[in-house]
Amino acid sequence: MPMDCRVVLAQVEPTLGNVALNLETHVREIRAAIDEQADIVVFPELSLTGYFLKDQTSEVALALDSAELEQIADLSRRISIVVGFAERGRDGRVYNAVAWFEDGELLELHRKVHLVHYGMFDEGRDFAPGERFRAFESKHGRFGLLICEDMWHVGSSWLHFLSNVDALIVASAGPARGVTEDETGLRSTHVWNKIHDTLALLYQTWIVYVNRVGSEDGILFGGGSRCVDPHGRETAAIAGLEPGRATAHLSSDVLRRARVATPLRRDEKPWIIARELARLGSGAQPQ
Amino acid sequence: MNRLDIQPQLVEDILVRFLRVEAGKFGFTRAVLGLSGGIDSAVSCALAARAFGAKNVLAVMMPYKTSNPDSEGDARQVVAKLGCESRKVDISKLADGYFDTVDVADKIRRGNVMARARMIVLYDLSVEWRGLVIGTSNKTEILLGYSTQFGDAASALNPLGDLYKHQIYQLARHLELPSSVVDKAPSADLFQGQTDEAELGFTYAEADRILELMVDQRYSVDDLLAAGFAQDFVAKIGRRIALNQYKRLPPVIAKLSERTVNHDFRYLRSWGH
Repeated sequence: MPMDCRVVLAQVEPTLGNVALNLETHVREIRAAIDEQADIVVFPELSLTGYFLKDQTSEVALALDSAELEQIADLSRRISIVVGFAERGRDGRVYNAVAWFEDGELLELHRKVHLVHYGMFDEGRDFAPGERFRAFESKHGRFGLLICEDMWHVGSSWLHFLSNVDALIVASAGPARGVTEDETGLRSTHVWNKIHDTLALLYQTWIVYVNRVGSEDGILFGGGSRCVDPHGRETAAIAGLEPGRATAHLSSDVLRRARVATPLRRDEKPWIIARELARLGSGAQPQ
Repeated sequence: MNRLDIQPQLVEDILVRFLRVEAGKFGFTRAVLGLSGGIDSAVSCALAARAFGAKNVLAVMMPYKTSNPDSEGDARQVVAKLGCESRKVDISKLADGYFDTVDVADKIRRGNVMARARMIVLYDLSVEWRGLVIGTSNKTEILLGYSTQFGDAASALNPLGDLYKHQIYQLARHLELPSSVVDKAPSADLFQGQTDEAELGFTYAEADRILELMVDQRYSVDDLLAAGFAQDFVAKIGRRIALNQYKRLPPVIAKLSERTVNHDFRYLRSWGH
């Protein structure tokens, strides 16, 4: 199915632990995206709940049948919506999740696999990890969902590449840091951009990266939401640390041309990787 | 080029946004801070003036009778340059009231009393002015513990706490602060003739260089020796950082219950804000 869709990157500034207020922001952004006749609107990681939740994690976690997510689902009759939240699983665990709502239903749920717990981060304490990366079909194309640190592990995107996604949607809550003169602008933004550009190029996919802004007790989030095409070229971006909105146009024409010029997926040999992983056996398991 | 060199405009943008957002969460649109005539408080004041508007910033000059009169002159230049509100509160009577009651000869103790007297003034005026107290401690002095706990170290928001002294100089020049403030020898001005570097026993440039490697780049002691630092200097700095950790944390609470504030009651200040 050819892809030809308009995606709104909603770079919002969630308020920590205030789901009601964040939901209002989401509804406003969703309506604005509907008004501009976009097909998809993407929010950042934990956009409904805020990021450094600590002991608030279980207090603000949302079940998939919660009234808040029902409201998002209802709005998805007019536009596909990707939102981030702390998900209260039926098993009692809480996950760092993003959900894709479409036509009034939950179409896909991704639970962050690579929880981050080093430096300023402590997600492993507050969340249970997800266990899978699955591509899925939307009416707008074939997609893979990732959350922030998932992208720092190349295997996550590689699996989506093997699953022939048209676009990777990456919801993020990446802090702003690195202000020395090595480069112009934030070091954190440069690092993310390098990752997007490289993975888009190697996995020949559209990448839509939506990062949040705002400050939680002095840690500012870096924004820098952007869209990169399968040649690794930026096609839409939101500059600066303020809330903002940008619209990206994703099309299968660009994908087709990139994949004809350099048929990386055609020539990929995943069975060799599978064989080598099997050979490594316990060596590939956690140490 | 110094490896500590920052992009001053980027840092200004981030810190102005930091002040505005963090104060705004709690309904504050004004700020109060102590303006000593030194570089750190001048930079904090300039950032606050940009974040809240100069007329929403109250710069308080708080000399003691032995303070160097040049300090007040330098502070007034900063006020004139920024156009912020200012007020002078002489702390001599406040501090002397205590010194008359308790005989204090030790100049460190006397300096601490003055620093805490200034804290009393700022926190009182913050109620009248309806503004948050903005901090003026930089990363170098926070790491070295070169401050008075509950004195100059006390604030609600500190825009300078992740900037080394070298970076403060860069930012001060970028913010076009008066050269008399930027170029003079740093001093706490707690007693006559005091300078930070004489008291510390090393220069800020030396401190910044080793601190950045130790803290930001995670150099081990062996790494630092291999990089050419003297063993006693490495040991001295390491000791200062560890000994002063208590100044950077809230008071120690003895755990008794199942859930204890600061141990396993984990919430940010941004709590629904």
